[in-house]
Amino acid sequence: MTGTAMKLAAPPKWDLAKIRADFPAVGQDVHGRPLVYLDSAATALKPTAVIDAVSNVYAKDCANVHRGVHTLSQRATLAFDAAREKVRVFLNAREAAECVFVRGTTEGINLVAQTLGRRLAPGDEVLITGLEHHSNLVPWQMACEAASARLVVADVTDSGEVPLESFERRMSNKTRIVALAHVSNTLGTILPVKDVARLAHECGAVVVVDGAQAAPHLELDVQDLGVDFYAFSGHKVYGPTGIGVLYGRRALFETLPPWQGGGSMIHSVSFAKTTYKGLPDRFEAGTPDIAGAIGLGAALDYLGSLDRAALDAHEAHLLQYATLALEGVPGLRLVGTAPRKIGVLSFVMDGIHPHDLGTLVDGEGVAIRTGHHCTQPLMERFCVPATARASLGIYNTEADIDRLTAALRKAKELFA
Amino acid sequence: MINPRELYQEIILDHGRRPRNFRPLPDASHSAEGKNPLCGDHVIVRLRYRDGIVEDVAFEGSGCAISTAAASTMTEAVKGKSRAEVDALFHEFHDLVTGKSATDPEELGKLAAFAGVSEFPMRVKCATLAWHTLQSALEGGHIAVSTE
Repeated sequence: MTGTAMKLAAPPKWDLAKIRADFPAVGQDVHGRPLVYLDSAATALKPTAVIDAVSNVYAKDCANVHRGVHTLSQRATLAFDAAREKVRVFLNAREAAECVFVRGTTEGINLVAQTLGRRLAPGDEVLITGLEHHSNLVPWQMACEAASARLVVADVTDSGEVPLESFERRMSNKTRIVALAHVSNTLGTILPVKDVARLAHECGAVVVVDGAQAAPHLELDVQDLGVDFYAFSGHKVYGPTGIGVLYGRRALFETLPPWQGGGSMIHSVSFAKTTYKGLPDRFEAGTPDIAGAIGLGAALDYLGSLDRAALDAHEAHLLQYATLALEGVPGLRLVGTAPRKIGVLSFVMDGIHPHDLGTLVDGEGVAIRTGHHCTQPLMERFCVPATARASLGIYNTEADIDRLTAALRKAKELFA
Repeated sequence: MINPRELYQEIILDHGRRPRNFRPLPDASHSAEGKNPLCGDHVIVRLRYRDGIVEDVAFEGSGCAISTAAASTMTEAVKGKSRAEVDALFHEFHDLVTGKSATDPEELGKLAAFAGVSEFPMRVKCATLAWHTLQSALEGGHIAVSTE
């Protein structure tokens, strides 16, 4: 390609005005300017359908689940169970019982690390990657410390990828667990999960995937990926905070010891001996986040109602548009340039600390994330203290990107 | 609420770009290291403190414009001051950036440029990191502090 501007394909058919109207938070002003929300990787905005579903639980179907026989309890139970089935469809799990509701991805990974982790013996190895969010790093570090096992890290390339060779190089006959992100929250890189799972299983290792950033962007199929565990968060797929899912392949999941003890997860209790239920109740002690689960179901319905091909095309187009636009800002350097990535753009700018950038673009009504993004080792890998990060959602437009780059240029002028 | 742009007063931009007393201090009697784990800001404050007076003070590290400028203006403000005067100044500065200030900002000289920080609770720690680190150095020296 020459130095001339690259020609972009025409934007795909995607009714942005309609989508934007579905999200009430989109329409507000910040510092006197219409909000440009570019922080969906931290948490996505919520469509009215989700807000209404949550509100409806408290306004009408307000009862505990799997307990009472009265009408409200039945309605709540039906809606709660229906949400689990929606999750099953979303992940293409074999059965809904393999999908356990948790608080979020972090809790899902901790559940696996603290139950499966008990099987680690001294000298065993847990393989993660250099780009993991702290939530897929610290739980394994804790499990390794408790078992005198070793935490091994697959290398990240300069473009922010973790190719299959990086895993191959670190795998051995001591590898018991391979835990990796499906998509990097800081760089947007898509990891080769399916190939890693095949390789790991050849070594007899269990595969655990942090799907927090993949769930809003990729079509998921846990059976096709061949993974043993897959966790994701509701609030990143346009659903409520405080709810998430841990999928586990039944043959393995049901052999894990219970994690939290309490109501709902038991068959019978006596002072001498308690027996436990099977999946999914075994891992859902206490009253669950009923409204959260139903809200998540509504979010998955909403995503499912969209034209998937048009959505994928819109996201790919906007990522390409944003990449070119940011590369055109003087003194800006993108961190994470993998060919296979989703709409997460981390960057640094000469002479301006990311925190000053974050504050200044906020003054223009543009919301981006700044900091280490819970990936401190990755910041060290790229020799930066922090980055600014713009992340895209289904409601973002080319005009949003233009507002960002204009705000960045203005910040640059102030600091010149 | 003021526009974030107004946070970046000329004094802050200037000291952020060209920090004063940004150097080692080989004959330091006291030093401390400060970190803000939330944003990765990192500062080492060293001082020569003799006969109850801050004879010289310098800092090194990396951080945003607010934290760098705060450290830079602090070194200018406390040089030649007694411990009691330093404490009083920190107290006033802290009140200023947390919006509790009763004193006339003009009395704080260059430090008054940080008044806008009080509108941005997320940035208060940036402005006070060097000051906390200075306190730590004076209290015992060679202590790491964290503002988180």
